[in-house]
Amino acid sequence: MKKLSAARMEQCIGCHSCSLACARLVHKQLSWNKAGIRIRSSGGMAAGFEAKLCLACSPPPCAQACPTGALSPRRAGGVIQKRKLCIRCGKCAEACPVDAIFLDHLVNPYVCLHCGRCVAYCPHDCLEMSEIKEPTREEVAS
Amino acid sequence: MIRDFFRVHVVDLASGKMNVTVHEGRDQYSGGGGLAAMLYREYGHPDRPWDDPDQPLIFAIGPLTGYFPLMSKTVCAFKSPYHDQYTESHAGGRSALSMRFGDMDALVVKGRARRLSALGVGARHFEIRDVEFMRGRDTLSSGKILRSMFPGSGRRSMLRIGPAGENGCAYACINVDTFRHFGRMGAGGVMGSKNLKSIVILGDRGFELPDNKEYPKLFQKLYEQLTATEIMNKYHGLGTAVNVAPLNELKSLPWRNLQATHDPDTGGITGERMAEERLLRNAACAGCPVGCIHIGYIREQFKKNYQYRYRQVGYDYELLFAVGSMLGVKDSFHALQLMDTVELMGLDVMSAGVALAWATEALEKDIVTREQTIVPLSFGDAAGYEKAIKYLGRAENDFYALLAKGTLKAASVLGGMDFACVLGQEMAGYATGEVFFVAEALGFRHAHLDTGGYSYDQKHEDQDVQQAVDFLVEDEKKRCFLTSMVSCLFARGVYGDEMLARALESVGYSSLAQTQDQVGENIQRLRWRTRFETGYDPDSVEIPKRYREVTTWKGKVDPDYMTALKTEYAKRIKELGKPEEV
Repeated sequence: MKKLSAARMEQCIGCHSCSLACARLVHKQLSWNKAGIRIRSSGGMAAGFEAKLCLACSPPPCAQACPTGALSPRRAGGVIQKRKLCIRCGKCAEACPVDAIFLDHLVNPYVCLHCGRCVAYCPHDCLEMSEIKEPTREEVAS
Repeated sequence: MIRDFFRVHVVDLASGKMNVTVHEGRDQYSGGGGLAAMLYREYGHPDRPWDDPDQPLIFAIGPLTGYFPLMSKTVCAFKSPYHDQYTESHAGGRSALSMRFGDMDALVVKGRARRLSALGVGARHFEIRDVEFMRGRDTLSSGKILRSMFPGSGRRSMLRIGPAGENGCAYACINVDTFRHFGRMGAGGVMGSKNLKSIVILGDRGFELPDNKEYPKLFQKLYEQLTATEIMNKYHGLGTAVNVAPLNELKSLPWRNLQATHDPDTGGITGERMAEERLLRNAACAGCPVGCIHIGYIREQFKKNYQYRYRQVGYDYELLFAVGSMLGVKDSFHALQLMDTVELMGLDVMSAGVALAWATEALEKDIVTREQTIVPLSFGDAAGYEKAIKYLGRAENDFYALLAKGTLKAASVLGGMDFACVLGQEMAGYATGEVFFVAEALGFRHAHLDTGGYSYDQKHEDQDVQQAVDFLVEDEKKRCFLTSMVSCLFARGVYGDEMLARALESVGYSSLAQTQDQVGENIQRLRWRTRFETGYDPDSVEIPKRYREVTTWKGKVDPDYMTALKTEYAKRIKELGKPEEV
């Protein structure tokens, strides 16, 4: 199982191509917010850029906070999203320790699903998909 | 498409209120420069001076903004403090996408705030805040304060002015997101006249994409073309700074107030030397994977025992010309230091550099005095220029206040018109020949980007007036359409007619896709009409004597050819700008 990571953000040029690609390809939106990855400066353009995205926690606090099962844990970290189950309470975003979930004005959550479709749109090779170790049966049981 | 009309946020700084207005005209004027001219005709006052509180400051984006790569620029339109006529300036940064996601095709700012203010505006956001405490503050430290006042990192654009804008400098710029600018023709002065230190645009909403297969497919194709081709190599690699060495070799790089067009020693200011020795990293406008912004560094010792401070400074060809070759500054640290000082003051770098180059020669010729310049100005002496830039930004004395109105204004009072390197405004860095000199002197924005005149010069040794002027008129029309989208002109090689038609079709603008030529002409004529209504007379434009003394790769400039070009181009411009037939 793979996860997306913003492994080389010191190379980021701040073009937002990743966010726009996620919004376009995954969410069918023209947006730089409605995306699983969002770019911001680290305190002004001169300070470089940082990416806001899911770090694939295991277990994920956002899924634990979700009262309806719209977000459920992915086997090796991160979440699976079922939009139809979402009641738009916003508790997932509150629970995320790294502010990776964006809520639009209707409180729809946008979170990275680690599909990797943004990677090809980064012109500076900042993003990568990497294997993550899946938990053993014992680890899952414990 | 998002809409087939225009949604415009109209802010009145005097009342502190904003209206959201709806305007028809998409199929006739598209957006960008066309929309801006349309809005000036509605909200502007051609007969009143540029600093009349009711004059509008207009920002406009286009139908493709945000939809495709490099559709990432904003057109700013206003009555210019430089010549008191209608003009445009273009910039990128995050401004265009912030406006797109702020749900406005244009922002019109009119009125004058009672005290120095900052405007925050977005799809669900409007506020005007008192920032009188920021008066006199430079653009970079202003940015730091504004970041904490207006939340929204990563989805906002921050426009601000420095001391030059507050002091009414005719070539004060608007700094956009630290490294980009509405640079030319004094948009910063207009903000200053409105008591407006900053505009923060928050892009806080999104839009449904068209439900078809063509759009994502075309996006992919364009993305590949724009990132895998020569465009990427040129603008991303060395950047436009790559032009320093070849233009110098071609006898087309202005040196020391255009007393020469070539120097056997370019020092450290070539694109190659800059990249090898001073380049820290690249940056990009939002929505552009090319990343043409080149950021260098300067390091200064402020204390003994190895204590240094450093700054990041954006550079490109125009800056290396303006405060490098034009001032005879060849040391790259020194050139970057001057760029940084220009940035802090909020000046247009080309105008500031060229104005100081004139002042240097005027001082050499005893036309101005040391008392007036306060510091000795001499080509190559960066320390003197650093101080002079601050004096210019702060309008330190009568001389600098006059020079801040424009080099030709200063020369008309003090003398030295012959060597004022002014082509409508202080020249851009292309001493390529007669066609460029005439194109910039008479062009709509007096910018090297109005038309490809500099490129025409480099490809034509012949002297065919009709052919050259036909090229300028036709090229301007095409650029009018492209800058109504609003595309970065670096992408003009990719966004040809056919590609633009496909792009417009894919997001639902079928009419625009099929009428590009007509819409381009509509915009071209509307912009010129608006310019003429604010007082333009192309016949009155003088091309100073210095341009008749220049030697380019083609040899000595031919004054007769230049005069013939100017006469013909003025005639064609007047035809374009004639009143609409009823």
